[in-house]
Amino acid sequence: MSWEIVIGLETHAQLQTKSKIFSGSSIAFGAEPNVQANAVDIALPGVLPVLNREAVVCAIKFGLAVGATIAPRSIFARKNYFYPDLPKGYQISQFEIPVVQGGGLAIRQGEQEKFVHLTRAHLEEDAGKSLHEDFHGKSGIDLNRAGTPLLEIVTEPDMRSSAEAVAYARALHALVQWIGICDGNMQEGSFRCDANVSVRRPGEPLGTRREIKNLNSFRFMQQAIDFEVQWQINEIVEGRAIRQATVLFDPDTGETRAMRSKEDAHDYRYFPDPDLLPLEIGAGWIAEVKSGLPELPQAMQARFQVEYGLSAYDAAILTASRAMADYYVAAVTVAGAANGKAVANWIMGELAARLNKNDMDVAASPISAAQLAGLIQRIADNTISNNIAKKVFEALWNGEGRSADEIIELQGLKQITDSGAIEKIIDEVLTANQKSVEEFRAGKEKAFNALVGQAMKATKGKANPQQVNDLLKKKLGG
Amino acid sequence: MINSSLPELSAALAARKVSAIELAMLFLDRIDRLNPGLNAFIALDRERTLAQAKAADATLAAGTAGPLTGIPLAHKDIFCTKGWRTSCGSRMLENFISPYDAHVVEKLTDAGMVTLGKLNMDEFAMGSSNETSYFGPVKNPWDSSRVPGGSSGGSAAAIAARLAPAATGTDTGGSIRQPAALCGLTGLKPTYGVVSRYGMIAFASSLDQAGPMAKSAEDCALLLTAMAGFDTRDSTSLERPAENYSRDLERPLTGLRIGLPQEFFGEGMDADVRAAVETALAEYRKLGATTVEVSLPNSGLSVPAYYVIAPAEASSNLSRFDGVRYGYRAPEYGDLNDMYSKSRAQGFGAEVKRRILIGTYVLSHGYYDAYYLKAQKIRRLIAADFQKAFESCDVIMGPTSPSVAFAFGAKSADPVQMYLSDIYTISTNLAGLPGMSLPCGFGANNMPVGLQIIGRWFGEAKMLQAAHQYQKATDWHTRMPGGLS
Repeated sequence: MSWEIVIGLETHAQLQTKSKIFSGSSIAFGAEPNVQANAVDIALPGVLPVLNREAVVCAIKFGLAVGATIAPRSIFARKNYFYPDLPKGYQISQFEIPVVQGGGLAIRQGEQEKFVHLTRAHLEEDAGKSLHEDFHGKSGIDLNRAGTPLLEIVTEPDMRSSAEAVAYARALHALVQWIGICDGNMQEGSFRCDANVSVRRPGEPLGTRREIKNLNSFRFMQQAIDFEVQWQINEIVEGRAIRQATVLFDPDTGETRAMRSKEDAHDYRYFPDPDLLPLEIGAGWIAEVKSGLPELPQAMQARFQVEYGLSAYDAAILTASRAMADYYVAAVTVAGAANGKAVANWIMGELAARLNKNDMDVAASPISAAQLAGLIQRIADNTISNNIAKKVFEALWNGEGRSADEIIELQGLKQITDSGAIEKIIDEVLTANQKSVEEFRAGKEKAFNALVGQAMKATKGKANPQQVNDLLKKKLGG
Repeated sequence: MINSSLPELSAALAARKVSAIELAMLFLDRIDRLNPGLNAFIALDRERTLAQAKAADATLAAGTAGPLTGIPLAHKDIFCTKGWRTSCGSRMLENFISPYDAHVVEKLTDAGMVTLGKLNMDEFAMGSSNETSYFGPVKNPWDSSRVPGGSSGGSAAAIAARLAPAATGTDTGGSIRQPAALCGLTGLKPTYGVVSRYGMIAFASSLDQAGPMAKSAEDCALLLTAMAGFDTRDSTSLERPAENYSRDLERPLTGLRIGLPQEFFGEGMDADVRAAVETALAEYRKLGATTVEVSLPNSGLSVPAYYVIAPAEASSNLSRFDGVRYGYRAPEYGDLNDMYSKSRAQGFGAEVKRRILIGTYVLSHGYYDAYYLKAQKIRRLIAADFQKAFESCDVIMGPTSPSVAFAFGAKSADPVQMYLSDIYTISTNLAGLPGMSLPCGFGANNMPVGLQIIGRWFGEAKMLQAAHQYQKATDWHTRMPGGLS
């Protein structure tokens, strides 16, 4: 009998505000420990939190982007627990009434599309960091991160495989960057995921879940879920019940191990924070944020299909990230709508392969969108053939010229379209290759291709292949 | 000079009859002489005080002085005061020097007032007798065997003994009004949100409010005008136009409707307190006011509701005192949890621990709805009661405290008896209303009795007017404890 895997994700996205969610300290990454922690952040006696409006704008943007309800009134609550990197002894979060409710995200695996529902997204502050190394047996506390604004985004248990979970995480990762609320830097912890994983027999009620904490790369997410699923199935098969627990993934061993069980879970004693008023968001504010929102991936996909004749698949690939979409739009703007499909093909083909090979993001591409567009224009107007275009692409990648035109000019790659010139070359080829001519006449079609090849070789590939074909046929047939 | 009102001191300073330095020295010398017997001040810094006085003298000389420039006052030790030890009456903060000023301190300092020192208080403002202070109890200047009230007991005792002309206080359930009543002073708790809580060490955030304590309503009005005002650093601070709280002081009381809640005049009030309050009400009628009976049917629930909400908030507010970053840390401990529990067990006193336990309990999973949520509902009912009562009156009056100052130890063994000391004051905090206490006579053993006035939301000027007109007609507020000259 088969098993069904059930996964829900909780993601903490660090919001790209200038200052912390409840204080004026900077949130820039990498400062010396504790230099970005003011009186509020270190929770001196008597200090009070003041909500950063910019963080709310980020939450509204997100809510609009996922088609959620923006709560007209939401509440900040205190989550009480003791830890040295939690200065107040409580974290300000949202509990009963979050700012973003519902909504969802379309994810794609190959040609298959699926909708992942969101339960909620709420605003909260991050804790500081405990540093457990090199303090002569003591721990160090860095409160620079304490109070950094986070949006915690929670899905319904909608995902059915580690691949789906990763597809969702990638889509969310792209979206938060797309709308400019999170830099998506996973190494620096700006985007971190927890996965709730359970297994069951199809049709049965949900199994007991275990939560894998702090997955900070997509690869680890996939590995951790795969391991966890197999572990849970083995447990059940061997007759042991799954106990609710929080687990950590160890990338070195590829295993998950329990950190704490439900029995020693905290009672966080949530209650509304009396230092903060309810967060009220009126229709006017939402409309204002909406007007500043960029075109969203879904809308852009539809537009690409209509304006540039792309397939749904192509449109989805080209809107998988903001950087990719920006690149495509920039290229197609130069190359012209008529070349929309060609631009898409070049980006998804040659460019993507090259970037992949070098582990580069499209934003860091050595070939600019305008350069690629220039190259495609020269193909379209028959200045160069597709084969020569690949040479020009290579030259552009290596920085051998500022534009396709410059490289074509410098390296003399312009296509030969002068019929007289081509005819002359063909005559020479026919004279030099009598054997092939005879073979062709004897019915060997292959010999024709050999002759085309010789003609192209003689022009260093620059002759217009169509013209060569036509003229050669005429000569041999005539 | 020690009996002068703030406007009188201001006039003397303006006329150069006295300098700010001389005035500060006058009170510092009294503090040196009398404080050891009272224990009202727990932090003094003569140099700092005189430096402020010197600056005030310069302002006076420059002719840019305001109505409070050069006048000394002292701060309850709950207010963070830059460069001063700010202990909140606790061992936990015995060595905490604040790196910043509370908003209230900032405003009064900006107004040119001179800080005499920091005043003793119940630990973290939890108490009604000043017996919970880590620095020992404050004595009532009227009778040193009796409590001064709490938690602003140091503030009340200092003013009553004329160690300071005025002081700041805070009131979460009666902590300004009850000690004012027990020491024969005038004290005012503003509408919640009128005075910023920034820099005031939190006890129960939704109830805490700072206010002035002084000898008269006239003085309180001046102080409140300087203390109040919107502060962006406190999200619960209200953005309203600035008010001059002295504006209505001289208006007669003709037509003033005084509501008398039947619940405040039932059982539980001592006869001597009742007699003094009744006499005061008769005086008000003479001044042209009328009295009308009103009802606050849910006021009996105010003490239980308060002792759910206030400890709940306190249990969370006091979590920051964990021995990690500042404050007391146990000298010896094992692991992290041991460091937490030993530091907090040794750093906090019994009453604070009791309230942290109560608060933790009422917020815990499975009990939240039955306690915290229910108490919040009661809170709304209490506010609605007041709203209804104010349909037929302009102010509400009654006793501030059910009894005059009691002897040390009389209630400290029975927390519930102690909590009932605030039975008449707590409901105003729950409703966010302004309230004040003013002296209205003497009861048993010649101890002062306080009359409480409760105003509408933002009705401070009206309350102050009612108090000032009464004080023009009576002299209770000018009486001074004997043997302290």
